[in-house]
Amino acid sequence: MKPRDLSDLAFRNLREAVLRNSLTTLGVAVGVASLVAMLSLGVGLQELASKRLSQSGLFDTIFVTPKNNFRGMARPQREMQSDKPPRTLDEDARKEIEKLPNVIEVYPQVRFFTEVRFNNKPFATVVAGMPDSSRNSGSFDGMQGNFFSSPTANEAILQIEFAKDLSEKPTSLIGQDLVLRYAERQALPGNDDSANPSGEPSGGFSVVPKELRLKIVGIVETEPAAGYGGYGNARLLMPLSTASTLRAAQVNDLRDIVRDNTANKTTYASLSVRAKSPSQVETLEASIKAMGFAAFSLLDASKSLRTFFSVFDLLLGIFGSLALAVATLGIVNTLVMAILERRREIGVLKALGAADSDVQQLFFVEAGVMGLFGGFFGVLFGWLLGRAITFGTNVYLKRQNLNPIELSSVPWWLVIAAIVFAVLVSLAAGLYPASRAAKLNPVDALRYE
Amino acid sequence: MPNADTAIQLEHVSRQYIMGGATIQAVNDVSLAVARNEFLALLGSSGSGKSTLLNLIAGLDRPTTGSIVAQGQNLAELTSIELARYRCNTIGMIFQSFNLLPRMTLEENIELPLRLAEVEREERPGRVHEALERVRLTHRLGHRPAELSGGEQQRVAIARALVNRPKILLADEPTGNLDSVTGEAILSLLRDVQRQLGMTIVMVTHERLLAERYADRLAIMGDGRLLSSSEIAKEAAR
Repeated sequence: MKPRDLSDLAFRNLREAVLRNSLTTLGVAVGVASLVAMLSLGVGLQELASKRLSQSGLFDTIFVTPKNNFRGMARPQREMQSDKPPRTLDEDARKEIEKLPNVIEVYPQVRFFTEVRFNNKPFATVVAGMPDSSRNSGSFDGMQGNFFSSPTANEAILQIEFAKDLSEKPTSLIGQDLVLRYAERQALPGNDDSANPSGEPSGGFSVVPKELRLKIVGIVETEPAAGYGGYGNARLLMPLSTASTLRAAQVNDLRDIVRDNTANKTTYASLSVRAKSPSQVETLEASIKAMGFAAFSLLDASKSLRTFFSVFDLLLGIFGSLALAVATLGIVNTLVMAILERRREIGVLKALGAADSDVQQLFFVEAGVMGLFGGFFGVLFGWLLGRAITFGTNVYLKRQNLNPIELSSVPWWLVIAAIVFAVLVSLAAGLYPASRAAKLNPVDALRYE
Repeated sequence: MPNADTAIQLEHVSRQYIMGGATIQAVNDVSLAVARNEFLALLGSSGSGKSTLLNLIAGLDRPTTGSIVAQGQNLAELTSIELARYRCNTIGMIFQSFNLLPRMTLEENIELPLRLAEVEREERPGRVHEALERVRLTHRLGHRPAELSGGEQQRVAIARALVNRPKILLADEPTGNLDSVTGEAILSLLRDVQRQLGMTIVMVTHERLLAERYADRLAIMGDGRLLSSSEIAKEAAR
């Protein structure tokens, strides 16, 4: 029989016992709905966690430091085992890293200790320079106020806890000015070799206190890339270009003056390298290490997170599938009943020329159609269930004065996978009834009353 | 060996069943030839094996021993799929209880063998109409079987059996559920169809008078065997 005739007959048969078939389909739908609702929660939680982490800018960023930098993050002992000689992290190195494939940008970490004066009161904190690209990275989504008006603006974004230190009403700070007191580095006149017969290393700098007035333009929950690659959490953020021009004394400055090869070059304590996507971080990290630098990313942490959520989704999927397993028994039951009721009809079909395979396919298509409709409505019910859970959770969070969250998520792959799974499970459930119907002896079937 | 004029040739056909440990000989060493365009009536008492023999000719069942050749095809050599194709294209069947599918309209019932034979959809309405015209029921196209009388239902069953233009029509007690007038009308219709289309008909019946009037030849069965002329005379004398 041609596929269209087969489906015509299958739909006709399903319509004839509409109540029973609808209930069976509903059973499949409930099974799929429980599966989809469970997985949508798993996916939603995973997306929530990933979003928070990606907003922190950690997963597409590699932190590069010189190998001889004595920082715990750079894992100096392991790096020292490499054959490559340690290299200086200077402007040449920055340009070299920038030329590597899949690199969006390479910017230095400008991070220094400072004293902020606001309303004539001093507040000690760490300042960090933010590259202009972080405007679109999602890190500042949901911030109060605005991002910097230009890459060189004398503007500041405060971390919420710091803002609370400054004022009881943090939002009222937006638009106000504060004064940044920092230590500016000023190079001492270098001694050439003839004037330096002792052979002492040349260079060195003096530190001069300076002030800069900054306008507060925004308040953010957390600092993007909090803490990694720098020295403690920055609570005041300013444009990277503005921060760089300040020539504020940083921790590595003290280290650099004791080395004789960096006297006339700008060196960096660390560089942040942004990859095009997290999937390219691993290769990029290896390339940077091969250049003779220490590199660190949170890829391992990301992998653990993915493993955790895969197991979590699997468990949710297993529990969700239990209802679907029960629903498949409903399909088996419905089709076995249909064979009993349509025994004579099967005999007639065979007498008129239907092959065993025609009868088998007819029952298969009926099972598949129930699975298809069950899958479709199941996805719809599952999505509604997820929305209801999200709504209920957000009502609770609102009462607790917490921000609403998107708890469930039904991505396209889940919609398609759930429908395909429902059809496959239904076909498997139709396997026994279909083969039983196909094997019916037509002579016995025609005699059946 | 069947000659060109033979539509159906049965050679020493037997069919045994095992039921509850006992062997039942439903058909016992039957040899029979049915000529092309012949209307053969197969008579016999209940349990004589005539319906079993009809099912064997229809390819719904296979003989335990012996061979059946129909329209040049040795049924024993056909696979189950080939046998289904044989039933679809070579054979038309009508039954005592009509066996129309109650939830389908007459049109859909008659279209069913065309679906199974994978006839193109555009060709089907014409074929259905032609078959219904032959049984004079074109005005009932959209009706369901339950809305028809017994005689009309049997006419629809005949239309369904004819729609694939088979060479052989097998009728299992076609008048069994009908009154005598309607039964006669059905047999008259069958004979007309047989003459118009040049078909071979094998009809199982227990109504000897009707069979004698409409069939070209009678074959009588008893205890699974075909009775000889002398046995028929003895039976008649009893």
